[in-house]
Amino acid sequence: MAERATAQKRGRTRSSAATTSSPKKNSAPDLATLSRDEELKAYRDMLLIRRFEEKAGQLYGMGLIGGFCHLYIGQEAVVVGMQMCVKDGVDQVITGYRDHGHMLATGMDPKGVMAELTGRAGGYSKGKGGSMHMFSREKQFFGGHGIVGAQVSLGTGLAFANKYRGQDTVTLAYFGDGAANQGQVYESFNMAELWKLPVIYIIENNKYAMGTAVNRASAQTDFSKRGLSFAIPGEQVDGMDVRAVKAAGERAVKWCREGNGPYILEMQTYRYRGHSMSDPAKYRSKDEVQKMRTDHDPIEQVRLRLIENEWAGEDDLKAIDKDVRAIVAESADFATVDPEPDVAELWTDILK
Amino acid sequence: MPTEILMPALSPTMEEGKLAKWLKKPGDSVTSGDVIAEIETDKATMEVEAVDEGTMGRILVEEGTEGVKVNTPIAILLGEGEDEGALDNAAKSAPAPEAVTEAPVEKPADPVREIPEEPVSKSVSPASVPAQPKTDVADTPEIPAGTDFVPTTVREALRDAMAEEMRRDESVFVIGEEVAEYQGAYKVTQGLLQEFSARRVIDTPITEHGFAGLGVGAAYAGLRPIVEFMTFNFAMQAIDHIINSAAKTLYMSGGQMGCPIVFRGPNGAAARVGAQHSQDYAAWYSNVPGLKVVMPYTAADFKGLLKSAIRDPNPVIFLENEILYGQTFDVPRLDDFVVPIGKAKIHRKGKDVTLVSFGIGMSYALKAADELAGMGIEAEVIDLRTIRPMDSATIVESVKKTGRCVTVEEGWPQSGVGAEIVARLMVDAFDWLDAPVLRVTGKDVPMPYAANLEKLALPNVGEIIAAVKAVTYRT
Repeated sequence: MAERATAQKRGRTRSSAATTSSPKKNSAPDLATLSRDEELKAYRDMLLIRRFEEKAGQLYGMGLIGGFCHLYIGQEAVVVGMQMCVKDGVDQVITGYRDHGHMLATGMDPKGVMAELTGRAGGYSKGKGGSMHMFSREKQFFGGHGIVGAQVSLGTGLAFANKYRGQDTVTLAYFGDGAANQGQVYESFNMAELWKLPVIYIIENNKYAMGTAVNRASAQTDFSKRGLSFAIPGEQVDGMDVRAVKAAGERAVKWCREGNGPYILEMQTYRYRGHSMSDPAKYRSKDEVQKMRTDHDPIEQVRLRLIENEWAGEDDLKAIDKDVRAIVAESADFATVDPEPDVAELWTDILK
Repeated sequence: MPTEILMPALSPTMEEGKLAKWLKKPGDSVTSGDVIAEIETDKATMEVEAVDEGTMGRILVEEGTEGVKVNTPIAILLGEGEDEGALDNAAKSAPAPEAVTEAPVEKPADPVREIPEEPVSKSVSPASVPAQPKTDVADTPEIPAGTDFVPTTVREALRDAMAEEMRRDESVFVIGEEVAEYQGAYKVTQGLLQEFSARRVIDTPITEHGFAGLGVGAAYAGLRPIVEFMTFNFAMQAIDHIINSAAKTLYMSGGQMGCPIVFRGPNGAAARVGAQHSQDYAAWYSNVPGLKVVMPYTAADFKGLLKSAIRDPNPVIFLENEILYGQTFDVPRLDDFVVPIGKAKIHRKGKDVTLVSFGIGMSYALKAADELAGMGIEAEVIDLRTIRPMDSATIVESVKKTGRCVTVEEGWPQSGVGAEIVARLMVDAFDWLDAPVLRVTGKDVPMPYAANLEKLALPNVGEIIAAVKAVTYRT
């Protein structure tokens, strides 16, 4: 299978920042072996994100969602694969503004997320945050940040707090190939390695920082090497294959939990939609997008394996799809009928 | 039930667009993610992807149609097992598209018309904005009679405040450049490393943006960081985290988060350090909802307010002054001396004019009050202590008595703290004012290096006396 071969080839292109200390041995498998249950869960979790985002795009089109709306379609395997490696509600997640997928992957309620997108009282931030600003203490999701790169320093601070308290909690700090050029990222890398903070820096390289292709913005496009001068180990990972994500994620989590300091994972991924809803994406060809969709779609890969292994039939998958669509429809209905926040909310939550 | 496909909004401001092209025809099957049409907005041509699955039933708006309003049904999609017959029912319920097929009437080239107008219905009349709730601040506790006072420098008072709070609460730690081994660039953290170890007194690399963000992240997680900036001039590198990450997050999270953090360090002019190291940030930070801003003058207030700031569940900007660090004041010898944030103090009573100042500005104001007393003018001197939330009530009460007010600050005049006080007095004390309120501020220039020019750039006692004479109509 062509895609499998590609995936393996990519998975092996690791840069060994700290050649001696990298936990990734040559013998380590590049693809995690998933059980039937794991494959089914990955399929369902990714499908939920995809359908949710499609619905969000539709609600945006209807004017129910305002402002900016950045969809995660195409990148689903990254968050779903990483979340398979950590403890739900214990390990922490922080990301930038393309955050809906991360929230759903941590188990946040789709209704609360969608209602925040439509600016309703039942949203995670009572409608006061919007698409880019949501949090869940219960699920250890720390946002949702609209300033490119800010989450990297903030995530390093979460990891600092874990180390300060002597906990073995791991922080997943997600950012894009665009944010990877921000100065504070390297300030954070330096402190994280200096103080051996348990943080995994997950660079979601979706090839474009808004409309600028990576090679037009980055002198070094191998982002796994971005920690090289700090001796932070890094790997390039096929972020379209949930098995590759899980395998690399497990190595990174182990590395952090054992007190070795930070770890960098460059997830090679792709967003199918524009940067935001108002981006016509003229900076790339239709063929390029179509090729990713046809050859590397993260959900389709799992679907084919489920069928091939006879772990699920078309009917089973249809049932999952129906189920997911119902959840998404319910969240959209809630987000449409739920009232806007009470006007008194204008003045609340400014100070504690 | 057939599904209506609606004209989508494709940007934050789009209200209508042109249906440029249909890529699916009636009878074509459609799956999620298929591009079904192209739509031109004022900015770009966008592809419209299908969300639902089915067969294209009927096209309601032909390609080439301009001015199609957002949310107009543009096509009907048939679900699994549905046929043409279902269309008739659906078409009946679909309102006729409000499309303009002919070219729109040319608008006159009036540039004013180009500015997007906010629909009247969207603008909020003042009456419909709920009133800002008032918050009460506790009065400064009386110091019990018989309390000993200990002469203490501001530097020692700050150190004592941190040490006391670190003994009290394990989640408090100090982080910044040279705070540990070097004992503080200005020796404010002297001795803390020895008492609390390197775990809680942490030297950072010279990376203000990074360690401010790290501090905010730690505060999200429930620790109580004291982030020291070697000077607040360097905090400009970190101001994004102070405002976007610390101040706004409680609101943006609907009250879920919280950021108990203190940013502290010397602020304002020192002596002969030039423009980049001599700026007063009181007005800057006081502009931001979600922050508290404190700028004390006496050692007792530095101690009591820093202890309050560390305990506060909100981000607090704590502005110190290098020149004040070495000055000695009496500090009450009490086990737990805390001064509430948000409460001004009448430092000197008077009846003829109100002087309002804060931080090192108080030293000019108090000297001026001494000299004015010799001229028979009794100035009431208010030490604001907290810039945000501002204790207007204390100022207004004083002005009701004196009828006159002069503000004193080292910062620049435009949009300064004095400007804010003037605005509040216009609203809350207009009928009591016998003269315009005057401001004595730093001059509207970057701080010069030359000794004579630096002196001119800062406010001075003479300027305060002149302003007071002006508002009391003395010559």
